[in-house]
Amino acid sequence: MSAPLLQVNDLKKHFPVRSGLFGRRSGSVYAVDGVSFEVDRGETLSLVGESGCGKSTVGRAILRLFDITSGQVVLDGQRIDDLSPGGLRAMRRRVQVVFQDPFSSLNPRMRVRDILAEPIRNFSLAKSSADLEMRVAALMDTVRLPRDALNRRPHEFSGGQRQRIGIARALAAEPDLIVCDEAVSALDVSVKAQIVNLLQDLQQQFGLALLFISHDLAIVEHMTHRVAVMYLGRIVEMAPRQKIFTAPGHPYTKALLSAVPEPGAARNPIILKGDVPSPINPPKGCRFNTRCPFVFDRCKAEEPQLRSAGDGQWVACHLEALPEAPGSAG
Amino acid sequence: MALLEVENLQTHFRTPDGINRAVDGVSFQVDEGETLAIVGESGCGKSVTSMSLMRLIPEPPGRIAGAVRFQGRDLLQLSEREMRAVRGNDVSMIFQEPMSSLNPVLTVGRQIGETLRMHQGLDKQAAELRAVEMLNLVGIPEPARRVREYPHQLSGGMRQRVMIAMALACNPKLLIADEPTTALDVTIQAQILQLMLDLKRRVGAAIVLITHDLGVVAEIAERVMVMYAGRKVEEAPVARLFRSPRHPYTQGLLGAVPKLGSSLTGAARRLTEIPGQVPSLKKAIEGCAFAGRCALATDLCRQVAPGLEVKGPGHIAACHYAAKEAAAA
Repeated sequence: MSAPLLQVNDLKKHFPVRSGLFGRRSGSVYAVDGVSFEVDRGETLSLVGESGCGKSTVGRAILRLFDITSGQVVLDGQRIDDLSPGGLRAMRRRVQVVFQDPFSSLNPRMRVRDILAEPIRNFSLAKSSADLEMRVAALMDTVRLPRDALNRRPHEFSGGQRQRIGIARALAAEPDLIVCDEAVSALDVSVKAQIVNLLQDLQQQFGLALLFISHDLAIVEHMTHRVAVMYLGRIVEMAPRQKIFTAPGHPYTKALLSAVPEPGAARNPIILKGDVPSPINPPKGCRFNTRCPFVFDRCKAEEPQLRSAGDGQWVACHLEALPEAPGSAG
Repeated sequence: MALLEVENLQTHFRTPDGINRAVDGVSFQVDEGETLAIVGESGCGKSVTSMSLMRLIPEPPGRIAGAVRFQGRDLLQLSEREMRAVRGNDVSMIFQEPMSSLNPVLTVGRQIGETLRMHQGLDKQAAELRAVEMLNLVGIPEPARRVREYPHQLSGGMRQRVMIAMALACNPKLLIADEPTTALDVTIQAQILQLMLDLKRRVGAAIVLITHDLGVVAEIAERVMVMYAGRKVEEAPVARLFRSPRHPYTQGLLGAVPKLGSSLTGAARRLTEIPGQVPSLKKAIEGCAFAGRCALATDLCRQVAPGLEVKGPGHIAACHYAAKEAAAA
């Protein structure tokens, strides 16, 4: 069996909280606090969870947009979390990103042609200027934009078209992995469908692995292979697509799924009490214990580790027999 | 008589490059205690419609024409002074972004109390007492302490609860909610929707809900109106619309949203794409506004704008071919 494309081991990222006149460090935001997972070639792994659960921080840590606090990030057998800036260059080509906001993630003063040519030049992928020109044109075809749009600037495009430019820019470097950080969240329903379909086609065509960070569970179910559910900086459940959507193990996953309103479905949502606690001072024991309908003594004392529930499903919960029907939660 | 009757509402904006017809001839009714949802994508005019009902559109550059009859009285004919007595009292509004619609330098108690003091003539103490009561009603723990806090001290879900408390303080007959849960996480959204359903039962206010999320519509609305390019293209009772949408745009919209449970059916279905984009509202649109993106469009559609026709009980749609579609299916 070949090694996975990306391996993340016990990743932690703590941001300092400063206060007072001299900005002394008075605490930490435990944004990501011990997260491990793998992504195979050509696979889509989705990170889901609510605001502040740390899913975007994980994405950024993998992109090395900042240094991590501890843990390992291994790309294709090579550790990338401790690489020097020079050593990072090769890795940067292989891991690209598509951001949420197609308005602020494209330089408004550059033509589309230059936006797409920049990564090709940076990584010396083109053999000649004719080759460069050809690659840029081919990228436009790939994301289904007209070639004559190459001389235009970002403001002349709609949100969906800009997101296509963002995707083309990510593809320009010929990556193995694309981190999609809420890449379709800002788009309107009909445009969102276009971009989701495009991402799926590109994955097929180029064998891309996707780390799909999203809070939209219906979109995730539609396009993912595996899902990792995050809560307050930890993964609480990880499972293949069908498993997580038909037989969720963790009470939080159940609540999350039942909270999605849906056309034409009779539902009995689990309404969680209260808000997500602050990641500056996460609850002791299981981090979900303040909102969990099934909480008992052990949850407040001991943090549950991920345990296998069979068929590739991993759940971090102390409940021996995991609770059954979502409706019975009351 | 319906509680609210909107007739041929037209809200246009003057811009440097032409007149933007954001809302172009929309009519609808809301009965007492009823929930009507207005759905559509960005720029379809749903928010402008809601702002027009409250006359919150700055004039100029905006211009509102038509009639908005609330309990038989045309709000568009009222003086600004008379209108102020309506806003927040008989008709109130919840906005999408609770952080930017609350005043950051006033305590939430003072903000809830303000409407009470203005409309119901309560004094300071009575207003604060009632504010505590309202916070309790919307399920904020420790209301007596929270009432003295500032918006930044509350979480997003709690701020939206404060907005709802403020909107309901004077027992309005009509509540306009513009994307009330869009900025919230799903578990918090579920809490707020539950609260709105619960309050609707207890308070009995009619609701006009503006949203782009069809799931939210299914959750709390009784009737739905679909807007496209400033026009109403379809209206039906909720269950009917989801079961048998007649307008091709509505059909596309429903097909474009993946549903939870898609992994059960096994084979991955492709999402329906609606090709192209919404037409510019700055040019006069000839014929059907959706014709440019519609698979069924013919020359008739491109030349003659379809009127709203009855397609079933309580179900109307503006499409030349909608009836034929259903007969064939």
